[in-house]
Amino acid sequence: MANGVVRDIIRATGLAGVLCALAVHAADDGTNVIPGSKAAQLDSCVEPTEFMRRNHMELIKHQRDETVHQGIRSTKHSLAGCVECHVSYGADETPVPVNAEGQFCNRCHEFAAVGVDCFGCHATVPDNVSEGAGGGTARGDVSWHSSFAMSVPRLEGQEPAVLGEDKRP
Amino acid sequence: MSNKSEMIDRGRRSFIGTAAGVTAVTLAPGVVLHKLAAAEPRSEAVTDDVRWGMLIDSNKCAEGCDACVTACNSENGLDLQQKPEGEDEAKWDRQVAKWIRIVKVEDNLSGRVSKLPMMCQHCEHPPCVDVCPTGASFRRADGIVLVDRHICIGCRYCMMACPYKARSFIHEAVEAKLTRAPRGKGCVESCNLCVHRRDNGEPSTACADACAAEGHDAIVFGDLKDADGPLRRALAALPSRQIRQDLELNTGVRYAGV
Repeated sequence: MANGVVRDIIRATGLAGVLCALAVHAADDGTNVIPGSKAAQLDSCVEPTEFMRRNHMELIKHQRDETVHQGIRSTKHSLAGCVECHVSYGADETPVPVNAEGQFCNRCHEFAAVGVDCFGCHATVPDNVSEGAGGGTARGDVSWHSSFAMSVPRLEGQEPAVLGEDKRP
Repeated sequence: MSNKSEMIDRGRRSFIGTAAGVTAVTLAPGVVLHKLAAAEPRSEAVTDDVRWGMLIDSNKCAEGCDACVTACNSENGLDLQQKPEGEDEAKWDRQVAKWIRIVKVEDNLSGRVSKLPMMCQHCEHPPCVDVCPTGASFRRADGIVLVDRHICIGCRYCMMACPYKARSFIHEAVEAKLTRAPRGKGCVESCNLCVHRRDNGEPSTACADACAAEGHDAIVFGDLKDADGPLRRALAALPSRQIRQDLELNTGVRYAGV
């Protein structure tokens, strides 16, 4: 029982510490918005800054379900919107991925030691531009593509019904 | 195939579907149905007053042409996949995600060869949805079968269940991807009828556009429920069939000339 109370106190203290540290971190230069990004020219994010700092993940998560299941893409809480606005551009005008070191997403998330899973799947730069400092590939530079069309499977049988046969290794 | 196994028990399927907790997206009561305004991102949930589908005329599918595959690869970022260093070429070719495969089927008796693009058939009763343990594989109200990769655990049951071998698994971390086509290691994916185009009110799919641009017009995309639409008119004009019609999946993609 006593142990439980002590543990709770330690947890609460730790949490308070982290929150204070976050506040101090964010306040050391007032903002984490990267100069040169579209966001730097705006007064605030799609919601007030304080709200976004604490709740951006909830907004994105809510939006993702609406987009995937209901096809709603018109709202302002889309991850694509975050990336488009917060991406900054390098010296050669190529966009720097938002999760690259020192960039908008990375700055807070690394400080708070919270992983960002979004970019395992989602693009870190807006479409129609080749990726900059984060590496990656420019469009069209794909080595396997020329051999792709040559490898169509030839299925033989009296009926197209053989298509159901699974030859997957 | 015995007569017994050919009999489809819809009630059993429905029971299994319910037991697995897989439910289709239902429309909230009171939602007003209306047609989507053109070329504008969607602001209301998709409804079942449309069902997207395609008619593919195998007779018009030209030998040596792979315009639909190339267009699909570029539209959905599939051409950005990179072979891991040292990976065996043949293994990579088997494993790399492909949404459209060009398939040739030959009648042994007559020797007649049909060539056709094979992709997700967007079934009304999709086996991939039946077997998905997490509900990640689902059928959207407008008939598009797709994977919610936020909840896909990569078990690949859907790949085994699909009679059309339409799905791909992403084996390796993906470096380059498009905003309109997210892609990541450990999830299954397949043709989604260019769902971003649907949601932005665009009229066609990348494959149908590419086929028309080549002058073949083998792919007609449209709404299966619109009796006056291009798809229904094409279906009325040509004898068509579903591949593996015996499974009674009521596919959204139909084929003529096979």
